[in-house]
Amino acid sequence: MAEEIQLLKGNEAIAEAAIRCGADAYFGYPITPQSEIIEYLAQEDPYNKRTGMVVLQAESEVAAINMVYGAASTGKKAMTSSSSPGMSLKQEGISYLAGAELPCLIVNVARGGPGLGTIQPSQADYFQTVKGGGHGDYNMIVLAPYTVQEQYDFVKLGFDLAFKYSNPVMILSDGAIGQMMEKVTLSAQVPRETKDYGWNVLGKSENRERRYITSLYLQSEVMEQKNLKIQAKYAEIRKNEIRYEEIQTDDADYILVAYGISARIARKVIRLARAEGIKVGMLRPITLWPFPSARLKELAPKVQGMLTVEMSAGQMIEDVRLAVEGAVPVKHYGRMGGIIASPTEVFINFKKLFNIA
Amino acid sequence: MAVDIEQYKKDLLAQGAEVVFSKTKNLTDTPFSYCGGCGHGVAHRLIMEVIEEMGITADTIGVAPVGCAVIAYEFWNIDAVQAAHGRATAVATGIKRTNPEKFVFSYQGDGDLAAIGTAETVHTCNRGENIAIFFINNGIYGMTGGQMAPTSLIGMRSSTAPYGRQHDVHGYPLSLTNLLAELPGTYYVTRQAVETAAHVRTCKKAIRQAFENQKLNKGVSLVEIVTNCNSGWKMTAPQANKWMKENMFPQYPLGDIKVPKTE
Amino acid sequence: MKTEELLIAGFGGQGVLSMGKILAYAGVMQGKEVVWMPSYGPEMRGGTANVTVILSDEQIDSPVLMKFDTVIVLNQQSLDKFEQAVKPGGRLFYDSNGLQNFPTRNDINIYHIPATAKAAELGTTKVFNIMVLGGYLKIVPIVNVENVEKGLYKSLPERAHKLIPLNIEALHNGASIVEVIQEV
Repeated sequence: MAEEIQLLKGNEAIAEAAIRCGADAYFGYPITPQSEIIEYLAQEDPYNKRTGMVVLQAESEVAAINMVYGAASTGKKAMTSSSSPGMSLKQEGISYLAGAELPCLIVNVARGGPGLGTIQPSQADYFQTVKGGGHGDYNMIVLAPYTVQEQYDFVKLGFDLAFKYSNPVMILSDGAIGQMMEKVTLSAQVPRETKDYGWNVLGKSENRERRYITSLYLQSEVMEQKNLKIQAKYAEIRKNEIRYEEIQTDDADYILVAYGISARIARKVIRLARAEGIKVGMLRPITLWPFPSARLKELAPKVQGMLTVEMSAGQMIEDVRLAVEGAVPVKHYGRMGGIIASPTEVFINFKKLFNIA
Repeated sequence: MAVDIEQYKKDLLAQGAEVVFSKTKNLTDTPFSYCGGCGHGVAHRLIMEVIEEMGITADTIGVAPVGCAVIAYEFWNIDAVQAAHGRATAVATGIKRTNPEKFVFSYQGDGDLAAIGTAETVHTCNRGENIAIFFINNGIYGMTGGQMAPTSLIGMRSSTAPYGRQHDVHGYPLSLTNLLAELPGTYYVTRQAVETAAHVRTCKKAIRQAFENQKLNKGVSLVEIVTNCNSGWKMTAPQANKWMKENMFPQYPLGDIKVPKTE
Repeated sequence: MKTEELLIAGFGGQGVLSMGKILAYAGVMQGKEVVWMPSYGPEMRGGTANVTVILSDEQIDSPVLMKFDTVIVLNQQSLDKFEQAVKPGGRLFYDSNGLQNFPTRNDINIYHIPATAKAAELGTTKVFNIMVLGGYLKIVPIVNVENVEKGLYKSLPERAHKLIPLNIEALHNGASIVEVIQEV
C-alpha cells in the first residue's frame, strides 16, 4: 500500500492509530479537550467495523480504567484516554495495573488545573504522571509527543513497550497537540491478535495451573520481593528506553529543556535566539519517565544555563536540577492556567533570566 | 508437622471407608481462611462445583473483590482476577466485552457491591453485561473488623455504629438487589441463603441458572446470598444463623426477585 | 512564498474553522507542511471562534503565534481584537457586514471582501466562508484552486461531494469581489 497521508487532529490521530495498530479495546469517559478520541472510535461502533475493536463509553473514569484492567488481564491490547481531572480519578486503577504488572495504554490530553481548572492546554500533570500519581512505588513509561505524527506513532510504540515490560504506558499530551491538525503518515492496518503470554487469564485448561491477576501480597516479605522485582524491571527500562531529541546542542551556550507543545515553542525560540547570535539549543525528552538525566548531566558543563519551558509552575525543572547536580543554573519559564507562552515571550524572559542584553 | 492429606485418604480407603463426597477439582487444597460457620466457603464451593459440572472451567474467568473474599483466587482453582474495591463489575465488563465467548462472574460483598462500587454495579446492570454477579450480603464489613455495611440493619451494632445503626444518622439498610431488579439490563435476580441443606440446594440451582443464562446473551444474572458473619456479629455460628433467620431474612426476603419470562 | 501564518476569526457558526480546514487540506495537496490550530471550548458555541493556519515549505515550529502574516476578521469583535496582530507590512482582510468601526492601521495592507452581501445576493449563504477564502487566495495565492478542490474531495464526506462545484464557484466569486482598501 502506498504511503497514506491524512490531515488529522491530534486526538483523531490517537484513535486512528489505535484501530490501525490492532488495539482490542477502548474504554473511556468524555472530557474536553480529548472527547474526539472516543467520538472518532464510536463512529466505527458497535464493535469497530474495521477490526472488531471494542469501544465503550464507561460511566466514569474510574470504571473505564478498571475495564482496561479487566481486558488487559486477558492479554488484550486495551486503552483509555482522558484529560487531567479524569486522570486524577484513574490513579487508583493505574496503581493496580502497575502492581499487577498489566500492559495497557493510557492517554492524558492535559488541561489546566488544579480543580476543575480550565479546558485549555497545560503541562501541570507532570508530577502526577512521572512521580507515581497513585499509591505505592511504581512508574509508568511516559511518552510525550510534540507533533500529531508522534501522537499517532506513540500509540503503537506505547502498546509495544507496555507488552514488552508488562507495565502501563502513558502518552502525556496536551490540549494543544490534541486539538491541532497536522499531516500524518498512516501505517498499514495490523490485525488484532491475542497471544498466550503465560500470565494472562484465558480460562484454566486441564493441563496447566490456574492463573490469577493480583496486586495483593499480604505477607510483607512477599510484598517486598514483588516490589524488588518491579524495581528491577524499572531499572531495565531506564537502561533501554530513554528517548530524547537534541536540536543544535553541539555549539549551544544555553539549553532549553521542553516537551510536548512547549518544545514546539522552544524550537522557534532557538531560531529567534540564533538570529540575535545567542547560541541556544534544545533537549527534548521524548520519554518523561525514564528521564534523560545522564545526557543532561553530560551537557551541563558545556553550557552556561538551562531553561525549562513548561506550561506549569515548574515541575520538570526538578528532574533537570537533579540531573545536572548543580553543575549549571537551571531556570524555568512558563505560563499557567491554559496559556501557551508565545516564542517571543519565552525568548524575552529567557534573556531576562540569564541577564543577556 | 503437616498432615499428608493424600496418604490419609489412602489409609481411610484401605480401612474400608466409602467415598460419599469429593471436593470439586475447581477448589484448591488451600484451607479456607473464613471463620467457622461463615457462608463464604459454601458459596465458593457451589460456584466452583457448578463450573465443573457444566464443563466450562477452561472458559471461565472469575473476578474477586476486596473484602473477606479478597483472596478468593487462592481457593478457586480457575483463572481469576483480583479487582480494586468496588470495581469488580467494571473489571468483569472489560473481560467480557473483549472475550464474549467466556463465562465471566464477579464475587462481591455488600461493601464492595453496594457501597464503594454502587456506580459500577448499577451501570454494569444497566448495560446488561452478559455476566453473573454473586453478591454475599452479611450486613457487616468482616475483613476490616466489623464496621457498618450499607446493608447493616437498623439497630445493628458495629465498630463504626457502636450504638447501633440509626436511619437518621447512617441511612437505611440498602437493598440494592431489589433496585437492580428494576433495571431492564438485569435478566435474572434472586436472593438465596446457604445456612441449611435445603437452602444450599436451592442456591446451587440459582448459581447454575446464572451461568446457563450467559449462553443466552440476555443481560446480568444476579444472585444475592444472605449469609451470617458470626465474628462480625459477635455471636456463635448457631446464634448467628438464628439471628439471621429472625432479622436478616425479614429485611432481605429469600426467593426469586426477577425471573426470565418463559417464552 | 515559504511560510504563511494566518489567523481567521469570527463568530462561531460562520464556518471559520472549516474554512481553515479546507485551506489546510489544500496545503497538504500542494505538498506543504501545515498546522491547523483552533481556539476551542465554550466560545465555539455561538461566541467567537478563531483558527491559526500555517502553510510552509519547511518544518513548522510553534503553532502558537502572536503576530501573523495575514489576519481575516469576520466580525467587529475579531477586528477589534486582532487588528494589532498583523505583522507590519502584513495583510488584513475583513467583511464590512455589521462593522461599526473599520481598520485604522496604516502600516499594513487592507482588503475588503463583501462576502456576506454577495452570498445573500446569490442565495448561497452556506458557502459564505468559501467566498472569503476565494478573496483571500486571489491576493495570497499560497495554494492553487485545483488543490483546494482536491482538498475538498479529501476532507468532505462522500455525500457532500455534490456540493463541491458550488464551493468552487464560491471560490471564484470571492476572488472577483475582493477590493483593495490600502496597500503599503
